[in-house]
Amino acid sequence: MTNPDANFLKGQKHLTRRYRAEQRFQWIGRIAIAASLTFLVFMVASIFWQGKGALITTKIALTVDLSTEMIDPANIKGASFDKIIKLALRTEFPEATKRKQKKRLYALVSSDAGFQLRDQILEGPALLGADQTIWVSASDDVDMLMKGHIDRNKPQNSRRLSDQQISWIDALLVKQVFNTGFFTNGDSREPELAGILSALVGSALSLLICFALSFPIGIMSAIYLEEFAKKGRWSDLIEININNLAAVPSIVFGLLGLSIFLNVFGLPRSSPLVGGMVLSLMTLPTIIIAARASLRAVPPSIREAALGMGASPVQATFHHVAPLAMPGFLTGTIVGMAQALGETAPLLMIGMVAFIVDIPGSILEPATALPVQIFLWADSPERAFLEKTSAAIIVLLIFLVLMNIIAIILRKKYEIRF
Amino acid sequence: MASDNMNTANSFNITSGNRSKFTETLVKAAMILCSLVAVAVTIGIVLSLIFEALEFFKRIPLSEFLFSTEWSPQTALRSDQVATEGKFGVIPLFTGTMLISAIAMCVATPLGLASAVFLAEYASKRTRDWVKPMLEILAGIPTVVYGFFAALTVAPFIRMTGGNVGLEVSSESALAAGLVMGIMIVPLISSLSDDVINAVPQAMRDASLGLGATHSETVKQVILPAALPGIAGSLLLAASRAIGETMIVVMAAGLAANLTANPLEAVTTITAQIVALLTGDQEFDSAKTLSAFALGLLLFIVTLALNYLSLRIVKKYREKYD
Amino acid sequence: MQKTPLITAKDVDVFYGTKQALDKITLDIPEHKVTSLIGPSGCGKTTFLRCINRMNDLVDICRVEGQIEIAGQDIYAPEVDVVALRAHVGMVFQKPNPFPKSIFDNVAYGPKIHGLVSTKSDMEEVVEWSLRKAGLWEEVKDRLNETGTGLSGGQQQRLCIARAIAVKPKVILMDEPCSALDPIATAIIEELIDELRKKFTIIIVTHSMQQAARVSQRTAFFHMGNLVESGATKTIFTSPQDERTQNYITGRIG
Ligand SMILES: Nc1ncnc2c1ncn2[C@@H]1O[C@H](COP(=O)(O)OP(=O)(O)O)[C@@H](O)[C@H]1O
Ligand SMILES: [Mg+2]
Repeated sequence: MTNPDANFLKGQKHLTRRYRAEQRFQWIGRIAIAASLTFLVFMVASIFWQGKGALITTKIALTVDLSTEMIDPANIKGASFDKIIKLALRTEFPEATKRKQKKRLYALVSSDAGFQLRDQILEGPALLGADQTIWVSASDDVDMLMKGHIDRNKPQNSRRLSDQQISWIDALLVKQVFNTGFFTNGDSREPELAGILSALVGSALSLLICFALSFPIGIMSAIYLEEFAKKGRWSDLIEININNLAAVPSIVFGLLGLSIFLNVFGLPRSSPLVGGMVLSLMTLPTIIIAARASLRAVPPSIREAALGMGASPVQATFHHVAPLAMPGFLTGTIVGMAQALGETAPLLMIGMVAFIVDIPGSILEPATALPVQIFLWADSPERAFLEKTSAAIIVLLIFLVLMNIIAIILRKKYEIRF
Repeated sequence: MASDNMNTANSFNITSGNRSKFTETLVKAAMILCSLVAVAVTIGIVLSLIFEALEFFKRIPLSEFLFSTEWSPQTALRSDQVATEGKFGVIPLFTGTMLISAIAMCVATPLGLASAVFLAEYASKRTRDWVKPMLEILAGIPTVVYGFFAALTVAPFIRMTGGNVGLEVSSESALAAGLVMGIMIVPLISSLSDDVINAVPQAMRDASLGLGATHSETVKQVILPAALPGIAGSLLLAASRAIGETMIVVMAAGLAANLTANPLEAVTTITAQIVALLTGDQEFDSAKTLSAFALGLLLFIVTLALNYLSLRIVKKYREKYD
Repeated sequence: MQKTPLITAKDVDVFYGTKQALDKITLDIPEHKVTSLIGPSGCGKTTFLRCINRMNDLVDICRVEGQIEIAGQDIYAPEVDVVALRAHVGMVFQKPNPFPKSIFDNVAYGPKIHGLVSTKSDMEEVVEWSLRKAGLWEEVKDRLNETGTGLSGGQQQRLCIARAIAVKPKVILMDEPCSALDPIATAIIEELIDELRKKFTIIIVTHSMQQAARVSQRTAFFHMGNLVESGATKTIFTSPQDERTQNYITGRIG
């Protein structure tokens, strides 16, 4: 046989062009993925970078006069602790004589310093009777200076601390310690005092309500739709409904909560009860969809076996099918709860944007939630709130990661294999 | 319960006992009630939105709401002030929403589609197994976090970059909100499109590769055209998500109701206005408060239409290849 | 055989993971003839066919050893380009798989990607030529812009044949091309195959002995990954050498 093009299988010239196009095409995909992931890494890293400072706070050592003249040991609480603090500062820096100077001097410590002094005395009354050195919180400006966010080289009228204030700080004994207050305090107008505990409790209470409502309702409707409902217009209608609800903007659920739960039912505004109810409506579709998938994964032979033993359909479902699908139910619920934990907009609608200092004690008291706290702090002008916001985001992300890890472990551990 | 219909040698009773029947009916009734909650929620949303919006349209005619180009819902702050009648023209909000969503889609469509194609067609199983969950993380991060990042990092960066090349960029620009929102919806597009691409039958790939097409030629000329309806469905869903997104725009886009197509200017959106109208002090029954529900109704209708369309398209597409 | 064969396979082993699907296949395939591959299900016919245009490269776990030469070139040699190879060794699949595009675009696809034609009128010519060769022209000439998936099963399969021949390959591989078709469509395609062998070399996998007897000049019988015997179709069907071949032909195994 004669072969006119003996090398017909080798790459021809125009093939190199086609292969270049092939390479280009693959690289477009790689670059797209890399771009999205780079954004993710950059965002998370920058937030961690900004937020890590909030874990540290600055304390100032003051020598306070705790003689009985200042504090009556029989009536400790009646003493004026603010005065003691101010006196201590004035004794340290007698040059501050003018009103304005004194004001600047007092601004070095947190407005909470008096209470901190009181708490330390109540804890250790032995301190009374003499001069003592105690540690109190510095103000947020001092804290920012210590963390390097205030530039000493700038002219003094373009930074928040004057030259004199900085020289006082340098003369004082200061230390940076772990900021427990961030985890044990409620919100505060003073950045150095603001903490996330009230928001965390608000979120926890809301999620509790959300779980108590959406788990049983979601599972029951999933079981009904998957195991009992006859395929027809009615079940189609419910199905379309669920799919649409899953895509309704979250803020619309907030409007529903405002107009029905608050205005029609008259439930307490800003309360975790209403917050949880609104969130449960949003997580319902997620739970139903996941639970149905998990029910579908249970092989029909299980149902047949149970029915064949004389179990009624309800018994077969609740005794045999549902327990096998339970890990799937839980996984779906945790994923739904994680969504609910990060949800902000609907909570704004029902008034959970309040400024909450106290830790909410019940589901009827005004509360806020962690993401809403983030929203509120993000709006505050003080530099110190920037790191608080970032730190609150870190806490939120850690909770979300934990919840998702639990969901993944559940899924892996109990994956139905038949 | 079991003893009721236990059949022994001398009693062959195949009718169910009353007690078991009763509990079964009860359980079934409870289940039906639970599955009606979803329907009730939809009805609740529709009724509450329509009811409050009707109140609003009693004060402000529908035509003014839909066609007027000015939005400034100022009403009296104190009772002794003369109430200046607010202006409730939804057009600037609508265009603002569309502008930001369009920017988001311009970012998300190429990134999401290219990622989906790479993951579905080229990536090894191992790469898929770690890249897909990584992309899903983007969808799991709360929107308030994106909003914070958009407002405090991206917006200043764009402003600075714009300033360096001599562009006037507003500190709350549509661009910052749109860009960040775009990244947020990348996983939505990529995972839906990935499913759609995987649903294209292997026979199509074989036919094309068997003719000597390269892999990318096969993807571009056979697979993507075949998957087009499904991809369109996923894009519609993503657009609906962008239109309904709230926190990013509240934090990064601002409240200035400008009628503009310039992405460097500040615009506001339907969702941002709803938040602005309903947070802070509100007198109920004022046109200002009620207008939030009219906006909510508009938002609900638009997103519902997009979702419905998207579900229909995707469903039809699925049927074609099943 | 007087002429050198177009395709020679020597000691071809194929593994899917650790499972061996073909064992030391040695087979010559002559030019301008129809060679049919027969044998019971799962014996490796499709696997062997897909070795010839390296479609098996697409299966990750598949490993091919041994040698396959086409016109004297080892197609598994490192310098060989699969895209170029497949342009010369076309394939028609078991189930008709037209692209969800117009009839015209289906046929034009191959010539377009390989850059075989440059002008629109040349393309029209190629499409018409291919459709005529595939015996489909008269049926579709008025609806070239309609989608290919709208045709009947038999028409779809002929469209796939037209699509394969449009790039003017040397070899056409057909994997049970009629198994999804009714008897009338099958008859049309069998006629077509006979016509096509004037220009192309055809290898066809078939389940039907009658079809092998009708369309092919040469036959190879596979059994459990082995090539049991091969030769002129007439010889195989009238006086098989191996007992297994005989059993299969007479319907005792299969
Ligand atoms: N993609 C694959 N992965 C694993 N095994 C395969 C694959 N394709 C085919 N096989 C195995 O190889 C053997 C031959 O298959 P095949 O070539 O399709 O047979 P035939 O076409 O003759 O029916 C069979 O045992 C089959 O199970
Ligand atoms: Mg086969």
